[in-house]
Amino acid sequence: MENIGIVSYGAYVPRLRIKSSDIAKTWGKDPATITGGLGIIEKSVPALDQDVATISVEAARYAIARCNVNPQEIGAIYVGSESHPYAVKPTGTIVGEAIGATPNLMVADYEFACKAGTAAIQTCMALVKSNIIKYGLAIGSDTSQAAPGDALEYAASAGGAAFVIGKEKVIATINETCSFTTDTPDFWRREGRKYPAHGGRFTGSPAYFRHITECSIRLMDKIGTKPTDYNYVVFHQPNGKFPTRVAGMLGFTPEQVKQGLLCPYIGNTYSGASMVGLASVLDVAKPKDRIFVTSYGSGAGSDSFDITVTEKINELHKNNAPLVSQLIANKEYIDYATYTKYRDLLYWE
Amino acid sequence: MRDVAIIGIGVTKFGELWDKSFRNLIAEAGAKAIIDSGISGNEIDALYIGSMSAGRFVGQEHVGALVADSSGFTHLHIPSTRVEAACASGGLAFRQAYMSVASATHDIVVVGGIEKMTDVVESEATNILAMGLDQEWESFFGVTFPGVYAMIATKHMHDYGTTREQLAQVAVKNHANGALNPNAQFKKAIPLENVIKAPIIASPLGMLDCSPLSDGAAAVVICAADLAKKYTQKPIKIIGSGQASDMFPVHGREKICTFQSTVHAAKKAYKQANIEPKDIDLAEVHDCFTIAEILAIEDLGFVKKGEGGKAIENKITTLDGSLPVNTSGGLKAKGHPIGATGISQIAEIVMQLRGQADKRQVKDAKIGLTHNVGASGATCVVHILEAM
Repeated sequence: MENIGIVSYGAYVPRLRIKSSDIAKTWGKDPATITGGLGIIEKSVPALDQDVATISVEAARYAIARCNVNPQEIGAIYVGSESHPYAVKPTGTIVGEAIGATPNLMVADYEFACKAGTAAIQTCMALVKSNIIKYGLAIGSDTSQAAPGDALEYAASAGGAAFVIGKEKVIATINETCSFTTDTPDFWRREGRKYPAHGGRFTGSPAYFRHITECSIRLMDKIGTKPTDYNYVVFHQPNGKFPTRVAGMLGFTPEQVKQGLLCPYIGNTYSGASMVGLASVLDVAKPKDRIFVTSYGSGAGSDSFDITVTEKINELHKNNAPLVSQLIANKEYIDYATYTKYRDLLYWE
Repeated sequence: MRDVAIIGIGVTKFGELWDKSFRNLIAEAGAKAIIDSGISGNEIDALYIGSMSAGRFVGQEHVGALVADSSGFTHLHIPSTRVEAACASGGLAFRQAYMSVASATHDIVVVGGIEKMTDVVESEATNILAMGLDQEWESFFGVTFPGVYAMIATKHMHDYGTTREQLAQVAVKNHANGALNPNAQFKKAIPLENVIKAPIIASPLGMLDCSPLSDGAAAVVICAADLAKKYTQKPIKIIGSGQASDMFPVHGREKICTFQSTVHAAKKAYKQANIEPKDIDLAEVHDCFTIAEILAIEDLGFVKKGEGGKAIENKITTLDGSLPVNTSGGLKAKGHPIGATGISQIAEIVMQLRGQADKRQVKDAKIGLTHNVGASGATCVVHILEAM
C-alpha cells in the first residue's frame, strides 16, 4: 500500500476553563461524586468570540505552520462538527480563505456527532490515494452544547484538531482504516433545537462500547495486529472513564491510553476529542511508534485507524505551534455565572 | 368454587433490556412457564395479561390478542384478556385467572404480566406512572408517585417515630436479597450510608428508596387442583385470594399511613385460607418505595401499626429473620416492570415453596403471601399460597 498518512497536524483548545466541582455546586450535586464519577476535573469553554470556525482556523494554521506545504496545494478541506456556526453556509470555506487555500479546492462540512472529523480523514485519504488531490485537510472541531443541569454539562467543551493528509512528507503512515456503523439513536439534536437529548445509560453498552469494540476488533483482525503491538491508543472520550474501560475490554493497558486521554483536563471536545488525543500522542511519538485510534460518533459509528510514525516526524517543525500539553496548561478559570454568559444560557429581552 | 393450583412459572431477567421488545419478553416468560408446567400449548383454555400502560410505554394497545398471537397460539383462538390496575395489574390478572379456573369456566390458564418501560425517557415514564394517581385531584397539582409516598413517609415518621435509617434499611435488605437473585435488575448489596447519601427524589425519599424503571415479564400456569399432579410433583395451591379498593386520592383518606385496600384484601384472603398473619412463613410485598414495605407489613397484620420501622431495624424480615419479606429483592432490587410485578411475586413464592430458591431459600417455607398494590393504594390484591 502507498505511504498515505498524516503530513502535519495542529490542535487548538480555548483558554477558558470551568471546574466540574463549580458546575456540581451550582446544581446542588456533591462535587466529589461528580468529579470522581465522570473522571472530569475541568473542561474548556469557548469565549464569546470563539466558535467552530475560529477553532478550526487556529488548528489549521498550526498544522500549516509546522510543515512545508503550500496551502495552494491543498485540494480539499472537510470540517467535521456538530456545532457549525451556520446551519446553511460552510465552515470549511472560512478555513480555506483563512489559510490561503482557495479557490481551487473541494470543501464540505461534515456531521456525524463526535466522529465527523475522523470521517473527514478517511475522505481525504481516499482522495489522495486516487490522485484526485495532493493534500487534504481534515478537521474535527466543536463548541459542544449542553442543556443547563444536564449531565452533559460537565463534559461538553470546545476544541479541535486539523490534519494534513497526503502521500509526501508523511510523518505518520495510516496503514489501514475501517468503520463500524449502525442506526443507534443514543444521542441526538433535532433541527432547530438548542440542546441535544440523549438516552442516558443507553449511550453506554449498546452505543459507545459496542461500536468502539466492534470497529477496533474488526481493524485488528483485518491487519493481524493485537493490542500489545501498539505504543499508544486513542479512543473517543465523552468522559474520563469510558476510554480506560473500553481499553480494558479490548486488552489495552491504561499506560497506552494515558497520553491521548485529555478529557479529564479539557472535557469532551466532541468532533475534536479523538483527534486532539491523537495530536497529543504525535507531540511525543518517535519514529516506528505504532498508534491505534478509534473514534465514536453517536447515531452511531466508529472509525478505527492503524498508524505507524515515520522518520519524517523528526523533520516536522513541531515548535512552530503549541503542543497539546501547552494548550492544556494555558488556562484561565471562570465561574458558573460567567460560563452562562459565554455559553449563551442567559435570557433577556 | 374448586381448588386451584400453580403448576408452572417463568420469569425473564428484569432490567434495562434494550435488545428485547414487548412481545419478545412476554413470549419468553410464557414459554418458560409452559415448559416448567409440562402442559402442551393445545391444553391452554385462556390467557390473562397484566399490563399497566403498553399504550404509553410502547404505543401498543389491544395487547390481550397480541400476546396470544405472538406467543404462537393464534390457531387455538382462545380468549385472551388484558387486565389493568396500575401497579397491581399483574396481581389482578392472576386473580381473574384464578377465578376463571375456580369457577370451572376454564381448566388450564396461563397468566402473564409485562411492562416495557425503558423505551421512553425518564420524565415521560414518571408522567405515565402518575396516571395511576388521581389526574384531577393529584397529578393535576403536580404530585408524582414519589411525592405521594414521600408525604406518607413524612406522616409515618411524625406519627410513629419511624426513622430515616429504618426506611433505608428496607433498601439495604432488599438489595442484599436481590444480590442472590439471578434475574434481579440490581444484583448488588448496598451499604446503609449510600441509601442515606443518595440524591433526594422527594424528601425524605432518596434515589435508593425508590424502585427503578424496568423491562420484564413473568408468567405462571394454573389449573384445577385435581389436575395438578398429572403435570407436576410440586403443585402449589392458591388457598386465599383477596382484592379490595380504597378512596382514590390519598388526601381524602381518614389515615394516610394505612392502606385500607391492603387491610381488606388481606382480611378476605386470610379468611378464605382460614389462617392468621402469624401462619405466614414468608411474603413478597409491594415495596415500590421503602415506606411502602413498612406500611405493607403493618397493614397485612405482621406487626402492629407504627411498628413496621422497628421490625425492619430488628431484622425480623431479613432472609434469616422470623418472617422473611421480599426474598426476591422486591420491587426495589429485583426491578418493577409494572404489569410483571404481581406475577413475579407469585413466581418467587412458588420457587420458595418448591424449595427451588437456591441461595435465598427460606427454610421450611410452607405458606407464602403476595401483596400487590395499585398506585398509592386504591387497589390491593393479596394471595396466599401453600405447598400441596
